[in-house]
Amino acid sequence: MNEHTDAVRKDFKSEILDENISGSETYFRVKEDAAVRICDQLYHRMDCALVSIFATDRRKKEGCFRIHYLFSSENQLQNDRVQTANGFIIIQIDIAENAPHFHSVTSRVPAANWYEREIQDMFGLIPVGHPDPRRLVNFEDWPPKSYPLRKDFDIRTKPERVKGEYTYRRVEGEGVYEILVGPVHAGVIEPGHFRFSVAGEPVLNLEIRHFYTHKGVEKLFENITLDKAVFLAERISGDNSVAHVVAFCQAVEKIAGVDIPPRARYVRTILMELERLYNHLGDIAGIATDVAYAFGAAHANLLKEEILQLNEIVTGSRLLRGMNTIGGVRRDIGDKKDIISQKLSAFRNDFRELMDLLFASPSVADRIETTGRIYNDIAKGLHVVGPAARASGIDRDTRRDHPYAAYPDLKFKVPVLKAGDVNARTRVRADEVYESIGIIEQALSRLPDGDIKISVKEIHDGYALGYTEAPRGETLYWVMIENNRIERCKVRDPSFCNWLAIEYAVLDNIVPDFPIINKSLSLSYSGNDM
Amino acid sequence: MTVETEIEIMGQHLNERIKKIFGRSLHIREVDAGSCNGCEVEVNALSNPIYDIERFGLHIVASPRHADMLLVTGPVTRNMELALLKTYNATPEPKLVAAMGSCACNGGIFGNTYASGGGVDKFLPVDVYIPGCPPRPQAVIFGLMVALDKFDQKIKRMEVKA
Ligand code: SF4
Repeated sequence: MNEHTDAVRKDFKSEILDENISGSETYFRVKEDAAVRICDQLYHRMDCALVSIFATDRRKKEGCFRIHYLFSSENQLQNDRVQTANGFIIIQIDIAENAPHFHSVTSRVPAANWYEREIQDMFGLIPVGHPDPRRLVNFEDWPPKSYPLRKDFDIRTKPERVKGEYTYRRVEGEGVYEILVGPVHAGVIEPGHFRFSVAGEPVLNLEIRHFYTHKGVEKLFENITLDKAVFLAERISGDNSVAHVVAFCQAVEKIAGVDIPPRARYVRTILMELERLYNHLGDIAGIATDVAYAFGAAHANLLKEEILQLNEIVTGSRLLRGMNTIGGVRRDIGDKKDIISQKLSAFRNDFRELMDLLFASPSVADRIETTGRIYNDIAKGLHVVGPAARASGIDRDTRRDHPYAAYPDLKFKVPVLKAGDVNARTRVRADEVYESIGIIEQALSRLPDGDIKISVKEIHDGYALGYTEAPRGETLYWVMIENNRIERCKVRDPSFCNWLAIEYAVLDNIVPDFPIINKSLSLSYSGNDM
Repeated sequence: MTVETEIEIMGQHLNERIKKIFGRSLHIREVDAGSCNGCEVEVNALSNPIYDIERFGLHIVASPRHADMLLVTGPVTRNMELALLKTYNATPEPKLVAAMGSCACNGGIFGNTYASGGGVDKFLPVDVYIPGCPPRPQAVIFGLMVALDKFDQKIKRMEVKA
């Protein structure tokens, strides 16, 4: 039972053209002009998070484009009563080719901002009334009327570069000047452009410009076989390989209607938590580096390296690649149980020592407390996810709210803090490290016997959603299969939600604190740009 | 052999060559030309206390103007092409280019598409290719050793010309 879907059905009876339920996903195809009102209601009245918007090119089969608004509907407390809900609500509208536009919801639901601009660039559908209709993915030298995700666009075309201009927001006033950073940075990080407007040290405005690493991933999915797609999913955001590939496999497995063996569910869970461990350690190391706490940074990097080496022992890959496949996992890790538990118990002690030192250091506290605040309402409005959201008082975690793999069988806490600063984000990660170790230990001790995969041969046409909680937060794959090929694969990396939050987090902070704020948000460029 | 001894042995070899060719150290600028960030995980690992490449005279610098070598990752996306060329032009001669990872070597899984350029050597002269997805830190160090030999040849050729 889901109260949110019931309410949509009741309130918008005459607007709904058809309804389709598959598993936990409820699809409502509605009249084009009703979409804004329904989104508004779901978001403001029912408190459902807008987790993605994407388009599909259905011109060949159904004579139109389709836009999908994806909402997450979870149990929640409203007026002292728990509303029961668990699933996803997808609102769909059809767009005719000869009238390629739709009503923007961004001014009502801020989280829609980038999705609508992405659809504009990739499909040529215009979000009418969008407050910022500039290009997003395609740069100014990309020719007009060329839309990569339309079916009649050949992936191998190399459009000519044209002359064009991109205008940045300008802040003017006495003593205000701009600092331009990137795309090539001083450290070993991914490329992106940052433009600060500052007056003295404090930041008045930050504008980010991304998509330098846009590799055409979603188009590529449509042009490769399913087997190869598994490897592509591992390479969308390299350090979140497992979270991505598991989300992808889960979507395809749902379409195929298979349940993977319990042992595979447990192995996947262990891999996902190992991934969280090395990512969180890397982030803590980065923060320690940027506050010039060199000892802590070296120690954290050492602990991260220990997990990377453990990964290699367990799976043959430091980044845990090549383990997952559609239908389960490719290799068993049963004989590695002992070494994992041994390493983790030593790791836990070392980690505790490190965190005690780090949080006891006044110079660290001075740099991270109250730095880079993201207030709860901003985080909610932008749909910030993962540790960044949980540090701003948002109690969401896909592992608990939309359980998958072995998580329903295991006990773990979801740490939530309120302050929303670098300190809170660091502490949330530290707490999550302990939880991860606990999850791995439980999973190891309960590892079920049996197969590690089932073979999935024919996959009938269909679509489904796969989701995981990556180290960076909620990761979503919406996959549509036709004739055993991928017709559409929408990937939503957590960073696509979190990047805009940095523009708020830096306000009134000083420029030298930007690197710390950036690290504490742990943002992937590749996952964002795809 | 443990990772530590492996690195110790390789590192000493590397250090000798660096001393011979440069007198002191090799300065490297890393350029992400659209990687998935997996390669960056390993480049960053090179500086952790286990590998600690600084002790062998390898130094990752902040600007191409201080660099002897560009270590390029990623398939060179359409949107990074210009920035990569600018970085290359800002690096003083004689310089080396190492393509790190399958993507940089030939486009890797991202291939040659509207958005992905299909490898660094489509845009720049590449001196060494370091395959792997991502290459292990040991492989990167080995690749750097190969690159150094090339550098030696480059300098000799320049001297002959002069
Ligand atoms: S070679 Fe592999 S790890 Fe390196 S950037 Fe390419 S896909 Fe990522």
